[in-house]
Amino acid sequence: MDQLLWLAQHPDLSTAIGEAKRETDPISRLSLATGLAAYRRDFTLTTRLDRLAGEGLRTAAGGETTVSGLRPLRIALLASHTVDHLVPAIRVAGLHRRLALSVYVAPYGMYRQALLMDDPELASFAPQLIVLALDARDAPLQLPLEASQEEVDAAVAGRVDELRLLWRRARERYAAQVVQQTIVPADPPLFGSFEALVPASPYALVDRLNAAIRNAAREDGVLLMDLAWEAARGSYGDGLAEPVRWHQAKQLVSPNLAPLYGDQLACIAAASVGLSRKCLVLDLDNTLWGGVVGDDGVDGIHLGQGSPSGEAFLAFQRYASMLARRGIILAVCSKNDLSVAEAAFNHPEMALKRSDIAAFVANWEDKASNLRRIASMLDIGLDSLVFVDDNPAERDIVRRELPEVAVPELPDDVADYPARVAAARYFEAVSFTPDDATRGRNYALNAERKAAMSQATDMEGYLRGLEMVLTATPIGTAELTRSTQLINKTNQFNLTTRRYSEAEVERMASDSRSVALAIRLADKFGDNGLISVLLARPDEGLADDELLIDSWLMSCRVLGRQVEEAVLDVLTDAARAAGYRALIGEYRATERNGMVAEHYPRLGFTQHPAPSGATTEATFWRYDLSSTHSPRHFIEVKA
Amino acid sequence: MTEADVLKELTPVFHDVFDDDSIVLSPEMTAHDIEGWDSQTHVMLTVAAEQRFGIKFRTAELESLRNVGHFAEVISAKLKGR
Repeated sequence: MDQLLWLAQHPDLSTAIGEAKRETDPISRLSLATGLAAYRRDFTLTTRLDRLAGEGLRTAAGGETTVSGLRPLRIALLASHTVDHLVPAIRVAGLHRRLALSVYVAPYGMYRQALLMDDPELASFAPQLIVLALDARDAPLQLPLEASQEEVDAAVAGRVDELRLLWRRARERYAAQVVQQTIVPADPPLFGSFEALVPASPYALVDRLNAAIRNAAREDGVLLMDLAWEAARGSYGDGLAEPVRWHQAKQLVSPNLAPLYGDQLACIAAASVGLSRKCLVLDLDNTLWGGVVGDDGVDGIHLGQGSPSGEAFLAFQRYASMLARRGIILAVCSKNDLSVAEAAFNHPEMALKRSDIAAFVANWEDKASNLRRIASMLDIGLDSLVFVDDNPAERDIVRRELPEVAVPELPDDVADYPARVAAARYFEAVSFTPDDATRGRNYALNAERKAAMSQATDMEGYLRGLEMVLTATPIGTAELTRSTQLINKTNQFNLTTRRYSEAEVERMASDSRSVALAIRLADKFGDNGLISVLLARPDEGLADDELLIDSWLMSCRVLGRQVEEAVLDVLTDAARAAGYRALIGEYRATERNGMVAEHYPRLGFTQHPAPSGATTEATFWRYDLSSTHSPRHFIEVKA
Repeated sequence: MTEADVLKELTPVFHDVFDDDSIVLSPEMTAHDIEGWDSQTHVMLTVAAEQRFGIKFRTAELESLRNVGHFAEVISAKLKGR
């Protein structure tokens, strides 16, 4: 089956891999492998790419910080079937999704033992992600075919309770994020279309079990690798599970589909550490509508009811609009006169409104420059962008000029665009909160704020005029998901770039000696949502009356509005109340967080010697809580 | 396609699966003669050969693929049968 269709086709990937093998430096080979992982590949080529990455990847994956643009992450696969043949494809997909993965495979079928008993090997691997890959043949529910729905439900509940125990152990023992694979039905139907009406038929059982697994996962903060759903909607053709591979090697997933499976898992892993993309950048002519608005006029473009192609373009707009509703930022990058392009949004059939577009760039410059401009307008990285353009030449140029930008290959027919963009999994989510639903609107409002700033004659007047209100809440259950999300995806305004799972944040927040704050900001334009997180805790290397600021991060949407100063106000109050006499700030430089290098001195902290046991790259800063110096800002604070 | 032809076509499959372009196939070669030929790479070999020749091995045939000669024999027979 053809797979990874959104990746570009290499003219001769096999030869390119052969040539790359001649490179002797492991890190250079890793870079070459990462570049080639962006091309469409079958399982043999994928396995060869894994070997090419080899030693360099092991080095990068063994570190703690991002190397060559790859974030290290440790995944343990606990499976009831053979998964060894999938590991190279998982690692190679990781490269494309900007991860340096170490993958540990627990001994075949020993997933319960690995979690319920002490497993020193797994413990020393210290997984950050634990994938439970189970299948229908493993521990089948022992029910007679004529069992009632009640008996089925009781058996399903028992099995899910057992899974929940495993999930809990994975969290407690390893503070790992759990990913549960849903169960792919293995048996062909016994009853034909009547199958689902028999409560204990093999298909009905698995279906019931999967529904219960999904519910439990939602409640327990477990992520899903929903193979059953993907299989049902045809993502794997008919080739996910080939009976011969099961009989030959107990492989649930056919080696042929390893690249697709690997990419699916790598996307979940990338999303769990905040590496999903944030913004969909759309071309206009022949992407959002048929025809060229500059030539054909607003009335002449094909869009909406009445023609098949007009409806197909409308359907793609609707898909983009739905993505915006779940928090994906929309931008436009088009070769057009700005006024002509904007006028097209007055077309009565447009599903997208001009106000849905947070960054609208239409001019005659090259698209690479304009994509850079869009990233800077939105204060996000180029690696947050997905660029959709019907023109293969434009796609090719952008891929070459800006390899950080994701550029999906598109099918010939716009009717297939939504499915292709979805299949590429750029926007994989690990949570969904009310803040996500309003994010797109927030980015659009930010454009208005920027306009207000350029009109205001002085900065102080502008900040006063925003009527900002900051609310700081100790991180509890309600703030846990969104706080963790922000911790894992914030790269620029992030003093230490430490990534934590929900379990780890929860652990820190529940310690009475710690200060863990979720910070929201509202202004006269609207609510910005949860925009900053602060985690402070006592540290063994410090005195008892010193509080270490373990993590301080903030969304770039609210940069330059003195939120830092207001947060320091809240923190000093909380620290004083807890009996501390000084704050110790830590700054760990990364490739992305240069903007906060001077954060602590700017707030009045003075340089402080590193505590014993601290890493050498970090710098430390002290703020005496007896000081009467109060940071200046124009924000009303509600703590 | 004769068995000799199949052997020639099979060579790049072995090169790809074992990532070793120096492998020269002969009919009597077994897993002992090629480094890395274990049960897992054996599955890879069968799948890669299926892809290369556009065939499907039957489950029963998988057991007979003990050396390179058997591989070529089964593939050649399948291609003739079409």
